[in-house]
Amino acid sequence: MRAVDPSTGAPRTGASRSPSFLAWQEAFGATPERDAPFETVSCESVPALVTAEDVAGMDMAAEIGLPGQFPFTRGPYASMYRSRLWTMRQFAGFGTAADTNARYKYLLARGQDGLSVAFDLPTLMGYDSDHAHSEGEVGRCGVAISSLRDMETLFDGIPMAEVTTSMTINSPAAIIWAMYLVTAQKQGCRLDQLGGTIQNDILKEYIAQKEFIFPPAPSMRLVVDTIEYASQHVPRWHPVSISGYHIREAGSTAVQELAFTLADGFAYVEACLERGLDIDAFAPRLSHFFNSHLDFFEEIAKYRAARRIYARRMRDKYGARQARSMTLRFHTQTAGCSLTAQQPYNNLIRTTWEALAGVLGGTQSLHTNSMDETYALPTERAVKLALRTQQLIAYESGVANTIDPLAGSWFVEDLTNRMERGAEEIFRQIDELGGVIPAIEKGWFQQQIARSAYQYQREVESGRQKIIGVNHHVEDESGDERIELLEIGIEKEHGQVAALQALKRERSAAKVAAALERIRRDAASSTNLMPAFMEASAAYATLGEMVDVLRQSFGTWRESPSF
Amino acid sequence: MSIDQPIRVLVVKPGLDGHDRGAKVVAAALRDAGMEVIYGGLHQTPEAIVEMAVQEDVDVVGLSILSGAHMTIFPRVKQLLDAAGAEDVLLTGGGIISSEDMAALAARGVGRLFGPGSRLSDLADYIRTEITRRRATTRSA
Repeated sequence: MRAVDPSTGAPRTGASRSPSFLAWQEAFGATPERDAPFETVSCESVPALVTAEDVAGMDMAAEIGLPGQFPFTRGPYASMYRSRLWTMRQFAGFGTAADTNARYKYLLARGQDGLSVAFDLPTLMGYDSDHAHSEGEVGRCGVAISSLRDMETLFDGIPMAEVTTSMTINSPAAIIWAMYLVTAQKQGCRLDQLGGTIQNDILKEYIAQKEFIFPPAPSMRLVVDTIEYASQHVPRWHPVSISGYHIREAGSTAVQELAFTLADGFAYVEACLERGLDIDAFAPRLSHFFNSHLDFFEEIAKYRAARRIYARRMRDKYGARQARSMTLRFHTQTAGCSLTAQQPYNNLIRTTWEALAGVLGGTQSLHTNSMDETYALPTERAVKLALRTQQLIAYESGVANTIDPLAGSWFVEDLTNRMERGAEEIFRQIDELGGVIPAIEKGWFQQQIARSAYQYQREVESGRQKIIGVNHHVEDESGDERIELLEIGIEKEHGQVAALQALKRERSAAKVAAALERIRRDAASSTNLMPAFMEASAAYATLGEMVDVLRQSFGTWRESPSF
Repeated sequence: MSIDQPIRVLVVKPGLDGHDRGAKVVAAALRDAGMEVIYGGLHQTPEAIVEMAVQEDVDVVGLSILSGAHMTIFPRVKQLLDAAGAEDVLLTGGGIISSEDMAALAARGVGRLFGPGSRLSDLADYIRTEITRRRATTRSA
């Protein structure tokens, strides 16, 4: 971090400062500042002014360059939004597969480009809807998918060769992806026609979101199996979305999000290289996923720094030769943790500038949160407003007309440099701990994030960090601020459980048993598990049955609780 | 039990959800407010939670539930606490819980619940007041 004068937030006076700068500094110091911390939402202090002198040492061609050219600071593509806008992709899923199928058709009819599946917690944790641990959780946080039958219902009437689908699934990602691929084949699609993403980022589960099943080593094997299978059979697929979103939501700062996410991505790259895959065969299919939080410029700088760091490492450390292997492409979601239950209409405004930061940072796709999400999954009306927010930015604001319009801003370039330096310092700490997985095993990431989250909460508690409706301009909310909410009745769970049990009676038990045995055999060898998962899916073996076989083969993971 | 003895609190995440930011922030805040905090971690079943509460002889069980499963989990933990003879343990918590659900759970013996935007100091004050009251009642009984 660059030195700033703690009393004024202004850059520290140096010998190289011009007389006019010194005159400004004197005038600035003569006027008292208002009572505010002048910090980003990550508790980083920001300068009052950045001048050309602060970035005078930068080699602009080497550090910033041009869009579509190394080091890709200005964007992964030469034409960016002049040729194609970002993909508007709203994350959705609730209740049963039929409920969610109806929501997808509603969104596609209103101009959404791609689908994004939210699964319920039992599915994320590899339990069928009828498992004892699923009680009360079926269809609550997303859609319940226990078998190929549910996946077929989810995409009924949706042409899978034409729509790209992102699926937020991690520990059991390979199995859910197998169900998706088999469903598409049954629709008559070829695997090489299918485009989309599985999140499949297990490292950030250990670090932040904590929806893990197996220990790190077999989990990494599953990730590499999917990357290998995609590069050979499903070439338009993104088999992993390296995610900072959840790290940030768990309470990290912006620079921690940046560094932890990129470090996770490099760990996948190293695992694939160890498997013997060629970097230019798999790297073009890696994608990233970042948060867009409240501090507008800090977020934009984070995205620009991410592209530059990634390009340099991929070329110089991992030997990538093709440009596409060096370009970081990313999805953005506005920050759920920045929304407030108090005065919920304000969330529309927060989400708007968070989305704008994603666009000015050059995102490839975007999810805008709905105003009611601190209460429940969004209603149709709320999610439509969220989608319209993106459409307003795209078609009315004018910001998509010029590529990387903030480049050359002394403040933005200086902040981008600071982000990069901060991330490099964190990479050094991770290296000292022996790499990402040893750092996870030591609980290091988890402690770093918990510390940042608590520091932020104390800033809110003290009133230094102001949040409208929570600790500033607070109002009595018993009346007009109430909003309608989506309710998911318990009868959804009962219906899903009954349908699943009927499926288990109807299918061929012999085929299921043989397919599960193949999974057991392949798990014990080094055979890629994807074909076995696809065979078992086609036989209507359930998610829970397949995960149970893997639990026996791989063991399970528990973190030691600390705070 | 002495009225001045430190308050012992079990903070835990029940169910399948792993989003533990709130649980950890609350655990740290209650520790800094002078309470003895046992952090029970993730993915705990109601049975395991009550076993921990009894073994650790806590005054308070605090559950963090963001997943919408609160109407299943809070009553189950309360029922198991009562069955284990720990009916005087304060069951409280927080998460994404509507005011209607909070009222319904209060009617079933669950303590005050804290939604998004709650102040950490309000939570600590509530626990201190409630435990002081309960200890005084126990002593005079």
